[in-house]
Amino acid sequence: MTLTNPAPMPAQDVCMSLQDVTISYGKFEAVKNVFMDIPKGQVTAFIGPSGCGKSTVLRGLNRMNDLIPGCSLRGRVVFDGTDIYAPNVDPVEVRRRIGMVFQKPNPFPKTIYENIAFGARINGYKGDMDELVERSLRKAAVWDECKDKLKESGLALSGGQQQRLCIARAIATEPEVILMDEPCSALDPISTLKIEETMHELKRSYTIIIVTHNMQQAVRVADMTAFYNAEAVEGGTGKVGYLVEFAETERIFNAPSQQATQDYVTGRFG
Amino acid sequence: MTTDSSPPQLNADAFTLRRRPPSEKLVDTGFRQLSLALASVVAVVLLGIFLVVFTGAREAIATFGLSFITTSAWDPVNESYGAFVAIYGTLVTSLLSLLIAVPLGVGTAILITEDVLPKLVRDATGLMVELLAAIPSVVLGLWAIFVMEPTIRPALDLLHSLLGWTPLFNTIPKGPGMAPAILILVVMILPIITAISRDALNQVPEELRQGAYGVGTTRWGAIFSVILPAAVSAITGGVMLALGRAMGETMAVTMIIGNSNNFSTSLLAPGNTIASMLANQFGEADGIQVSALMYAALILMVLTLVVNIFAKWIVRRLSLRY
Ligand SMILES: Nc1ncnc2c1ncn2[C@@H]1O[C@H](COP(=O)(O)OP(=O)(O)OP(=O)(O)O)[C@@H](O)[C@H]1O
Ligand SMILES: [Mg+2]
Repeated sequence: MTLTNPAPMPAQDVCMSLQDVTISYGKFEAVKNVFMDIPKGQVTAFIGPSGCGKSTVLRGLNRMNDLIPGCSLRGRVVFDGTDIYAPNVDPVEVRRRIGMVFQKPNPFPKTIYENIAFGARINGYKGDMDELVERSLRKAAVWDECKDKLKESGLALSGGQQQRLCIARAIATEPEVILMDEPCSALDPISTLKIEETMHELKRSYTIIIVTHNMQQAVRVADMTAFYNAEAVEGGTGKVGYLVEFAETERIFNAPSQQATQDYVTGRFG
Repeated sequence: MTTDSSPPQLNADAFTLRRRPPSEKLVDTGFRQLSLALASVVAVVLLGIFLVVFTGAREAIATFGLSFITTSAWDPVNESYGAFVAIYGTLVTSLLSLLIAVPLGVGTAILITEDVLPKLVRDATGLMVELLAAIPSVVLGLWAIFVMEPTIRPALDLLHSLLGWTPLFNTIPKGPGMAPAILILVVMILPIITAISRDALNQVPEELRQGAYGVGTTRWGAIFSVILPAAVSAITGGVMLALGRAMGETMAVTMIIGNSNNFSTSLLAPGNTIASMLANQFGEADGIQVSALMYAALILMVLTLVVNIFAKWIVRRLSLRY
């Protein structure tokens, strides 16, 4: 299997650029040699089989992997002209500019209102907090369920509602980039569609990177799609993930240049 | 049923316990009864102690009434008793020791659970705190008399000379007293607070931590705004256990508090606690003095109960704020 070079990009701004990124957990290299130029103001989807390193790469984009003991990254992740892994870069600042929605819902053990307000306050929000809370909850399609219990614990919501609360929390801080790890995996189709609408709206001002196992979702929301895969290497302890192909969603789904991509998107995988 | 046209064999016979035999159900009920019996032992013992103490105290309750709580005479010759000094001493020593031990213990727990220091240092700290819990209280009492109190005396003198104008420090430190008793209580309750806070912090799910960092908090922001609040009810539980221990602690406190029934607001003066008063006097007491001591014990039990109810209330209030 050969590594594909980054797809020829249409002339547009690059938001984040991964240059030969390898991420390891201890000695185990989870994803290897990733090159990607993620465009600004668009939705980019990561697809691929389970365990190929999508979440790992996504967390690498806002230094969330720093929190995992033993996790290390080689290569460069350039955002806004600087390598976010350079020694003088403050990971806290990186995360204020690059927000995240996690694979598992993780609302804070605070009220619903505080769940939203907390992040906004940390980021120095000076505007009308009530209005921000309502707007964020509406965008995350969870306002109707929450509006009468803003003072109740965020943990008192259902799993899907909690996930939408976490989406609201992430968009409330208005980061330049929002990373979403399977944000809709616990949601019903209607909420999913609402979240997708929100993504379409958000991408006018922000860059969105989303991991999804749902092909239709990738087709519906993503402008660009990256297909990751994993393969066993000799002497390795597990499968090593790598980027197979990264191109316009159209191309990935209709005319991929790699056979593996073709197999995966048509469901003939593995 | 013919074998050729039958659906794929389900092999149900291989699972022999789909229907549970009566004997197993009997074990279930038996187990429930057993746990009920074991649980009621606790209740019966508690009730029994309460009854014994209450019956013993009845005479004193009849004689002294509620003024027992507010007066501080302790005069076996005239058979006049009041437990004010001991009650005051119990509350002041336990609450002040808590005031010092909680920040210390929770701080240590944060240090142990967060990766601020190398793992070796954290593990060593945790181990030392646990070893602290294993020291018998009589040893701590001896240590308090011969090592701690002489060592801190200059500091107490300094407190007296600087803050002697406040009622809390207006006597000259002369040896045993409330202040060293408070400090020895800190040493004794620190391990409980640290151990329970550490477990509570370890229970906080990793995802929550990530969520906090994900919205851009600093390490301290994550600890104080998200992780500690998530652990607060368990930590409060530990603090209340510690308070119970501090209120009931006898040996070490008796050895260092001075056992004086003269009331003084000063922490540098000798004082008394209910537990140390009981330990000191029960052996030689007879007649109404025994009853008076029982009355004091009853008050200690009620105080502990009140503290526990108060703690439950606080935990509920704190959880509501979430
Ligand atoms: N915290 C961790 N410690 C050690 N190894 C990890 C850790 N997280 C992930 N891995 C390993 O890294 C590899 C990639 O995991 P990752 O979670 O990125 O996969 P994924 O593509 O997101 O899968 P999924 O679609 O199931 O979420 C896997 O082999 C996994 O075992
Ligand atoms: Mg994942």
